[in-house]
Amino acid sequence: MALFSNTATLLGKELRTEFRSRELLTTTSVFILIVLVLFSFATNPGTEEAREFAPGLLWLAILFASSLMFQSCFLREQANDTLSSLRLAVSDPFAIFLAKLIANTLFLLLTEALMLPFFAIFYNITVWSQLPILSLVLLLGSFGIAIAGTAISAISAQARMRELLLPLLLLPLLTPVLVVSATVTGSLLDRDPVIQWKGIAFLGVFDMIFLTALWIFGQYFLEE
Amino acid sequence: MTALALPPTGLRFENIDKRYGGLFALRRVSLEISPGECVVLAGRNGSGKTTLLRIASRIVSPTAGKLSFPGAVNDSAAGRPGYVAHTTMVYDELTAEENLVLFAKLQDVPEPAARAEELLREVGLFERRDSAVRTFSRGMRQRIAIARALIHRPSVLLFDEPATGLDPLGISWLAKTLGEVNRAGCTVVMSLHGESEISALATRAVQLDAGAVVADTKTGASLHSILSFGGA
Amino acid sequence: MTKRILLGVVAIALVIVAAYANFFVAPTERTMGVIQRIFYFHAATAWAGEMVFFVCFVANLLYVWKREQKYDWLGVTCAEVGIACITVVLITGPIWAHPVWGIWWTWDARLTSTFVLWLLYVSYLLLRTLIEEPGRRALLSALFGIFAFLDVPLVFFSIRWWRTQHPAPVIMGGQGSGLDPTMSKVFFFNVLVMHIFCVFLIVERYILEKLRHDVDLLQREAEVQ
Repeated sequence: MALFSNTATLLGKELRTEFRSRELLTTTSVFILIVLVLFSFATNPGTEEAREFAPGLLWLAILFASSLMFQSCFLREQANDTLSSLRLAVSDPFAIFLAKLIANTLFLLLTEALMLPFFAIFYNITVWSQLPILSLVLLLGSFGIAIAGTAISAISAQARMRELLLPLLLLPLLTPVLVVSATVTGSLLDRDPVIQWKGIAFLGVFDMIFLTALWIFGQYFLEE
Repeated sequence: MTALALPPTGLRFENIDKRYGGLFALRRVSLEISPGECVVLAGRNGSGKTTLLRIASRIVSPTAGKLSFPGAVNDSAAGRPGYVAHTTMVYDELTAEENLVLFAKLQDVPEPAARAEELLREVGLFERRDSAVRTFSRGMRQRIAIARALIHRPSVLLFDEPATGLDPLGISWLAKTLGEVNRAGCTVVMSLHGESEISALATRAVQLDAGAVVADTKTGASLHSILSFGGA
Repeated sequence: MTKRILLGVVAIALVIVAAYANFFVAPTERTMGVIQRIFYFHAATAWAGEMVFFVCFVANLLYVWKREQKYDWLGVTCAEVGIACITVVLITGPIWAHPVWGIWWTWDARLTSTFVLWLLYVSYLLLRTLIEEPGRRALLSALFGIFAFLDVPLVFFSIRWWRTQHPAPVIMGGQGSGLDPTMSKVFFFNVLVMHIFCVFLIVERYILEKLRHDVDLLQREAEVQ
């Protein structure tokens, strides 16, 4: 189907562009690291209370990092007006969004993978045993963040003060993801781990709702 | 230039309006361009030339009115106009070849790699195919933009102020290329300021002022007066 | 014009009647005392606010579909009136909670999701100030408004299922289930009154927005000449 082949082609372009410079990945990873370190200065790491807060802090760090990461998403298409040439070339404008949000999800997952060992060390939490389910939670949560982030970045790229506007629009929208991901991650990494399937299902529902909304309305974001 | 894959196509603007807030960029523009014509759009800055071209390219949708392409095979990639504007509309971080292959693949051009290579040779960028577009000079950027616009063998080519920033050699090359494209059957519509080697290719000229068509060589105005008024 | 004045007079009169009813008609609540009376106003405004945001959502959808300016005006109008309602809810909530439970704020599902709702629509208004061109502004804010409204039930349920404090001070549930008949009547009267008052605010604000647009148009035309 044309949508999938266009998406695959564009995804290739997104990945190739990023892996050539790796600027987004490195800056985002370092940012999450800085936030985690700052959190441990603000709290008292190593104590029992810190262990309770840690999963929430991890997701907070991911959210803040994503609001930086998505800045360039549509801005980089403005430099040479490549957004117009893409719109002319693709058969379905949703392909542009789909490619970007898949790429953004992958980038987020990569930075999370890089950060997880540091997180485990700083807060003395074993993640290894729960890795499969944890990966699922990270996947669903990051996917939700990427969908909303890609949509909002398309909006903020067309407004003034976009660096401030993007987090302002994005973060309230993502409160459900923060609440549920942090809770599910918390109970997963607890001394007596519990898998909250209801929460995981909720994240899936969040992703589906926003993906569908983006599919229906995506073309209007790019109109001129 | 390689011959067109599809029958020649014209352009029809019917009562096109474009409003931005309260301001009219285009007012009731009606224009019929026949297949194979080479049309120059002239007019002062702000007269609506760029807006009209962007509407023709389908990047911008009109507030009112209808745009159609008589003769086009509906909605296939080759039926879409090729569009060249002030920016290259390609990715600076990718190489010339990667950019062309990307746009070829997106538009379902058969054998994208071969087609990209063919175009790179035609625009004289084959030696620089592995260089990032970021490193290109103004003239080379012009050429990669043209290559991108032609990758899918369009039957209509839209060109917004092609001569901007080019040296005399660049202008000669462009005039030669556009002439070849037009002779191969492609309808060309370009906006220009003043007379040059490029305007000499025109079979017709239309002048816009404040968003409306005010003169047309088809209805008797002279090419010279349209072009000089626009430039002045 | 007279219809507008009539609506305004009726709306304000009804608010005064409702206030009277809250203070003098409704019986004093057994455990909480006089402060509980603010509940009628607080909850009624919350319901009216939610209804107003729903109208905003519908206006946003209609704008994206039809692209008629009136839907944009309706959208921004409802967003502002809705935010006004929610601000009142967020202020009266703590005023009620503090004497009763000794806390200014509680992270129960309703209150928290109301706060996020407030943040979302404040962002909606902020977005509008940051886009100059009216057509873009209308379209992009309508799209954001749609996404924001879709988010609201997700916010509510995520907090209700995973964040509601235990034991939770019951703000609405306990009251709603066992309301004394007179209290019920007063409450629903308040709901009606707040809806009417919101309609009045919406009408006035909409007309203001339309006038603003007309003035803007005249100004631009004058500049061109």
